[in-house]
Amino acid sequence: MIWNTIKLAVSEIGRNMMRSFLTILGIVIGVGAVISMVTLGGGATSQITNEITSLGSNLLILRPGTNEGHGGIRTSATPFKLEDVEAIDNHIAGIAAVTPVSSTTATAVYGNTNWSTSVMGTDNKYLTVRMWEIERGRAFSANELAIGKTVCLLGSTVAEELFGSLDPLDAKIRLGKIACTVIGVLTSKGESTFGMDQDDFILTPVKTLHRRMRGNTDVNMIYISAESEISSEQVQEDITELMRERRNIRTGDTDDFELNDMAQVARTVESTTGILTTFLGAIAAISLLVGGIGIMNIMLVSVTERTREIGIRLAIGALGREVLLQFLVEAIILSLFGGIIGIGLGLGLAAVTAPALGIPFVFNLDIIVIAFLFSGLVGIIFGFFPARRAALMDPIDALRYE
Amino acid sequence: MDTSILPRSGNDKDKRAEKTGLPLVDFSKVSKVYGVGRAQVIAMDEVDLAINEGEFVAIMGPSGSGKSTCLNLIGCLDTPSSGSYRFKGVAVGGLSRNQRALLRRHYLGFIFQGYNLLKRTTAIENVEMPLVYRGYKKSVRQKMSLTALKEVGLEGREHHTPAQLSGGEQQRVAIARAIATNPSLLLADEPTGNLDSKKGSEIMDLLTKLNQDRGITIIMVTHERAMAEYADRTVHFLDGRISNIQNNRVIHQ
Repeated sequence: MIWNTIKLAVSEIGRNMMRSFLTILGIVIGVGAVISMVTLGGGATSQITNEITSLGSNLLILRPGTNEGHGGIRTSATPFKLEDVEAIDNHIAGIAAVTPVSSTTATAVYGNTNWSTSVMGTDNKYLTVRMWEIERGRAFSANELAIGKTVCLLGSTVAEELFGSLDPLDAKIRLGKIACTVIGVLTSKGESTFGMDQDDFILTPVKTLHRRMRGNTDVNMIYISAESEISSEQVQEDITELMRERRNIRTGDTDDFELNDMAQVARTVESTTGILTTFLGAIAAISLLVGGIGIMNIMLVSVTERTREIGIRLAIGALGREVLLQFLVEAIILSLFGGIIGIGLGLGLAAVTAPALGIPFVFNLDIIVIAFLFSGLVGIIFGFFPARRAALMDPIDALRYE
Repeated sequence: MDTSILPRSGNDKDKRAEKTGLPLVDFSKVSKVYGVGRAQVIAMDEVDLAINEGEFVAIMGPSGSGKSTCLNLIGCLDTPSSGSYRFKGVAVGGLSRNQRALLRRHYLGFIFQGYNLLKRTTAIENVEMPLVYRGYKKSVRQKMSLTALKEVGLEGREHHTPAQLSGGEQQRVAIARAIATNPSLLLADEPTGNLDSKKGSEIMDLLTKLNQDRGITIIMVTHERAMAEYADRTVHFLDGRISNIQNNRVIHQ
C-alpha cells in the first residue's frame, strides 16, 4: 500500500512539473541557504582556530598595561626590561621558553629598493615560541646575541620585496641608520584571516636593537611558552605574582600589565564564530519555514483542485486515512526533493564562494543529514493540514464540486 | 482492516444462496432531514423500499424529489436520519465512516453522470484505482482491468486518457472501473445524462447485459423515461416519498 502511495505521489508530482518545481523552490532556497551558511561558517571557524594555534602552543603574551593616573588620565605603563625576562626564566616553573620582543619600525634599503617594515629585537627562542622555521640560512649565534652584532633574519615578504629573485644570504642591507648582514630567511606563513601579512618583519638580536636602533633597553612584549602538560592557569598565576612584585604594585592595586593566554583567546574566538554560524543558520532556517508555508499553500490548492478525484476515491471505498496518507506522502516527497536539490545547491554555492572569501571548504555531514531530515519534517508538518482537509471531505459534496 | 462486520464477500455460489433470502437493499421508514429548525428540509420521508439481488431498478422523479438522496443512502455515502436501512442484512445506520467505506469498497460500484474519471490518467489506470484499494498486486490488477475494459468494448483503447476518448467511451471506462471489482450492487447516477440518445442507448444496453449476464444488481437514477424502461421496475419519487412503483416487465411477460 505504502509503495503504491509513493508511486502515485511521484506520478502526481510529475504530472504537474512546473508547479511542483515552484512549490519546492522555497525549500530549495531555504535548505541551500542553511547549508551554504553553515558550511562557510564552519570553514571560517576552522581557519581561525588553526591560525590561533599556529601562533604557538600554550602561548602566553605579557604586555605592559595602562596606569590610571590622577584625574583618570590613563598613561601607558612602564615597559619591561631584559631582567624581567631572566627573572621569569629563573623563577617560574613549568615554562618551556621565554623570549623578549622589542620592536620599532624602520626602512630597510638594499641597492635602490626600500621597504618599510617592523623590526623586532629578540632571540632564537622567538622562533620556537612562535613556530617559525628558517627556510634558508641560520639562526642567531650565541656570540651575535651576546654582543649585539648587526645581523638579521628576514620575513619572506621583506626578502621578496628587497631582493626579488636575488639571494639575500650574506647581503648587507641598511636598516634605519645601521648596516646589517642578512643571515637567514623565514618560511612564509601567508596572510591571516584578518588580511594581515604575517611575513612582513625583520628579526635582530635584542641587544642590537636596543643599542643601535632604540637607544634604550625597553622590552615591549614577553612571549612565554608553557610546557604542554602543565596547567597554564598555575603558570599565569605565578607570572602575575612575580611581575606585581617586580613592578612594586601594592596589594589591592590593579595590575599594570596584561597576561593573555592564546589558548583562551582561541576558545573565545571559536565560540564567537560558532555563535555567528548558528545565528546565520537560524536566519536561513526561517526561509525554510517560509518554504514550508509555500508547500502548504500549493498542497491546499492541489487538494481543492482535486476535490472530485478525492470524492471518487472516497466513494469507491478509500478510507480517510488512505487519502490523508496519499496527500501527506506527496507533500513529504516534494519537500524531500526540495531538500536534496537545496543541499546540492548549498554545497555548490559554498564550494564556489569559499575560495573567493579565502576560507577552506569544510564538508559537514551532520548539517546535511539534519537539513534532509528537517525538510522531511517540513513536509509532514505543512502537508498534514491540507491532507487532513482532503481526508475529511464528504464524498457526496466532493463529487458534486465543480 | 476489519471487515468482520460485513457479510462475507460473495463468490457466485453465495450470491445465489442469498437471492432466496433477504433483500439486498431494505429501507424501512427511512427519512433524511437536512438542516435544523426553520431551515429544515425533509429530503426523504419514511420511505419503505426493498430491492432484491439481481434486480435492475430505475428511480425517477423531478429535482428535489429525493431520488439523489435515496441513491446516496443506498450507496452508503450517507446515513438515514431515522428509520432503518439494511444492506445485505447489515444495519448501515450503525456503521462508522470507515466501515461504510469498506462496505463500498467490497460490495458497491458507482457510475456518475459526469463520468468522474481521473484526468491525464489512462483508461486502464482509472479502472485499476478501486483494485488498488482492494489490495491486489499490480499484475492481478492489470489482468482484471483488461478483462473489464474488454467487457465494456474498449479493447485496444486501454492507454487512452479521458481527453482522447468520446463521452460514450469515457462512460464505458467508468462502467469498467465500477465492475472491475465484481460488485454486488452497481449504482448509476444519471449515467446517460451527458450523452445523446444513441450513445445513451448503447450504455443502457451494456448495463442491461451486465445485469442479465453477470447478475449484478443495478439501481439507476434517471429522468429520461426511455432509459428507465430498460429497468425491471421504476420507482417514482415525489416530495420525498415514493409515489408509484411501476413494473416494466409485466407487459412483456
